[in-house]
Amino acid sequence: MTRVYVPKDAAALAVGADAVARAFAEAGCEVVRTGSRGLFWLEPLVEVETADGRIAYGPVAAAGVAAILAGDAVSLGRIEDHPWLAGQTRITFGRCGVVDPLVPPAFEGLAKAREIGPAATIETIAASGLRGRGGAGFPVGVKWKTVAEAPAARRYVVCNADEGDSGTFADRMLMEGDPFLLIEGMAIAGLAVGASKGFIYSRSEYPHANATTAAALEIAARAGLLGAFEIELRVGAGAYVCGEETALLESLEGKRGQVRPKPPLPAHRGLFGQPTAINNVLSLAAAPWILVHGGEAYADYGLGRSRGTLPIQLAGNVARPGLHEVPFGLTLGEIVEGIGGGAASGRPVKAVQCGGPLGAYFPPSMFDTPYDYEAFAARDGLIGHGGIVVFDDTVDMAAQARFALEFCGLESCGKCTPCRLGAQRGVETMDKIRAGVAVAANLALIEDLCETLKFGSLCALGGFTPYPVMSAIRHFPEDFAPRSRPAAE
Amino acid sequence: MSPAAPTDDRFAPWDADACAGIVRGLAGLEGPLLPVLHAVAAAFGCVPPEATAVIAEGLNLTRAEVHGVISFYHDFKPRPPGRRVVRLCRAEACQAMGGEASAAALLADLAIDWGGTTADGAITVEAVYCLGLCAVAPAALIDGEPVGRLDAARLAQVVNT
Repeated sequence: MTRVYVPKDAAALAVGADAVARAFAEAGCEVVRTGSRGLFWLEPLVEVETADGRIAYGPVAAAGVAAILAGDAVSLGRIEDHPWLAGQTRITFGRCGVVDPLVPPAFEGLAKAREIGPAATIETIAASGLRGRGGAGFPVGVKWKTVAEAPAARRYVVCNADEGDSGTFADRMLMEGDPFLLIEGMAIAGLAVGASKGFIYSRSEYPHANATTAAALEIAARAGLLGAFEIELRVGAGAYVCGEETALLESLEGKRGQVRPKPPLPAHRGLFGQPTAINNVLSLAAAPWILVHGGEAYADYGLGRSRGTLPIQLAGNVARPGLHEVPFGLTLGEIVEGIGGGAASGRPVKAVQCGGPLGAYFPPSMFDTPYDYEAFAARDGLIGHGGIVVFDDTVDMAAQARFALEFCGLESCGKCTPCRLGAQRGVETMDKIRAGVAVAANLALIEDLCETLKFGSLCALGGFTPYPVMSAIRHFPEDFAPRSRPAAE
Repeated sequence: MSPAAPTDDRFAPWDADACAGIVRGLAGLEGPLLPVLHAVAAAFGCVPPEATAVIAEGLNLTRAEVHGVISFYHDFKPRPPGRRVVRLCRAEACQAMGGEASAAALLADLAIDWGGTTADGAITVEAVYCLGLCAVAPAALIDGEPVGRLDAARLAQVVNT
C-alpha cells in the first residue's frame, strides 16, 4: 500500500488539504496526516513514500491525485532536496511536517535534564545564549535561574502561545505539527525552575492548534510521560494585549487582561503571586535540542548576541510565503528577495513590516539590515516573533500608519491614558493628514503623540505603536504629502 | 415563533440551573473564570446578561468583577451569532493581499457592517486580527473551518455554500 503524507496544518486545510487526503484514501493509499513543512505557496503539499525517499508534489488538488498515483504528475523531487528546505537549519522545526504530531517522541532532552539535574539544566540553557523568542529577547537562562532561586512554596511555568502578531504563525505550526516538542520543553523548564504545574495560554483564533495540543497533552498525561509535572491548556478570548506577559497572567487568573507594572517581575511574583517562568512557545521548544546537543552547539549558530536559529515567517504579498528556520544574521534583503522571491504580485516591494503590528516598516533601501536583535534595534525596528509581512508598491503607507493607531485603540487594555485615548486621537489626526488638512502641523502632533505613547505606556502595545507609525512617516514621506491623495478620496 | 427569530437548535435556551452546573463543574480550576465563560458561551451561544449573577454567585466574585471580565474580551458576546459565523482577518498580512477589498465587497453584498448579522439571521461577519493563516492570505474561519487565498469571488462562494 502506498503511504502518502498530507498536512493537516490549518493553513493547508485552508487551501483544500482535507479533500486531497480523502482522495488519496479513496484511492487505497495509507494517508498520514502531518504538520506543514512551511512551504505554503506549495500547499497542499503532499509527499509520496518511495524507495528513493519522500517525493513531493504541490500544490495538489483532489482532482490531481489520480495523476500522481499513476506517475503522470510532475514532482518536486525529494522534499529534503528542495532548495528552500535544503538552505535551512531546522532545529526547532526538525520534526514539524515530517512526523505524525500525535505519536510521542523519545523525550531525550527531558531525559538528559533529569540526568544532569536542575542547576546543570539551567547552565546548559544559559550557555546556549537562547533569548526569549516572543520578541523581548531576554536571556532564558537568566529568567529560569531567577525563578529557581526565588523562595516560594509553588512555582509555575507558563507558555505564552498567544501569537497575535499578524505575519507570525510559527507557534501555531508547531502546536499543530509537533506539540510534543513544546510539551517536552515545558517539562524541562518545570524541572529546571522547580515547578510542578504549567499552563499553555493559547488563542481562540487557533482552534486546530488547540485541538492537537489538547490531544497531545492527554496522550502525555495518560502515558505518564511528564512524571509529576502537569500541563493545562487555556484559551484566550480575542484580546491581543493578552500576548503581553503580565496581561496574560491576569487573564489566566480570570481577570481583565490588563498589564501589570514591572517590577515585580513575573520571575519573582507572577501567576497567583508565585515565581513564574513565562516563555514563548519557540523559547520552550528550543530547550530539548539544546539539552541533547549541548549549549555550545546551539550557540555556534548565529550572529553577535543573537545566538541559535530563528524560525522566520514570511507572509503577506510575497511569492514564497512560509516558515524558514535559519541562524540569525541573514540580511533583510536576502530574506525578502532571496528566500521570499519578492512580491507575489510581481510588482516591486515597497515596504516590509517586521515584528508584527507593533513593528517598524522598512523600505528596500534598508534591506542591508542584518536580521538580529541589536541590528534591528539600532535602526528603530524590532524582530519581534520573527514575522515579516511584505507589501508591494500599491500599499498606501498613510493608511498603514492609521491602521497601527486604530489597532492600538481597538486592543488597548485601557490602563494607560496615552494608549487608551491617544490612539483614538491619533486616528483622527491621521484622518486629517490623509484629507490634506494642515499636514505639517498634524504630522508634528503625531510625532509628539508617539513620544508620549512611547514613554507613557506600561507595555509594548502603547510603547511600540510608534514604531509602525513613525517608520511609515520617516521612510515613506511621499505617502503623507497632500498631493499624493487622489482628488476623489 | 416570529419569522425574524427562527428556532435556534444549535444552542440550549438560557437556563440558570444549567449555567450554575457549568460553574460548579469548573470552579475547582486555578483561575476558573475564563474557562467558565468559554463553557457558558459554548452551551448558550453567547454569555447572556443573566449569566453574570449566576457566575458571580458560583465563583464568589462580585457581579461587577464578572461583568468587567465579560466586557473586556471580544469573544464574549451578549447574543448568539447568526447560523453561519464568518471570522474574517483584517490584519496586515491579509491587507497586503487585498483582504480589505474582498471584505468590503462581502459586507456590501450582505448589507451589514463588521460584527453585524444579516436580517434573516443567516450570517454573522466578525473581524479578527490574525488567524495565523498569513501565508495563505487573505484568510477566514467559516464556522471554525479555515479558508485561504480568498478573493471577492471565492469569499462570496465559500460564505454562501
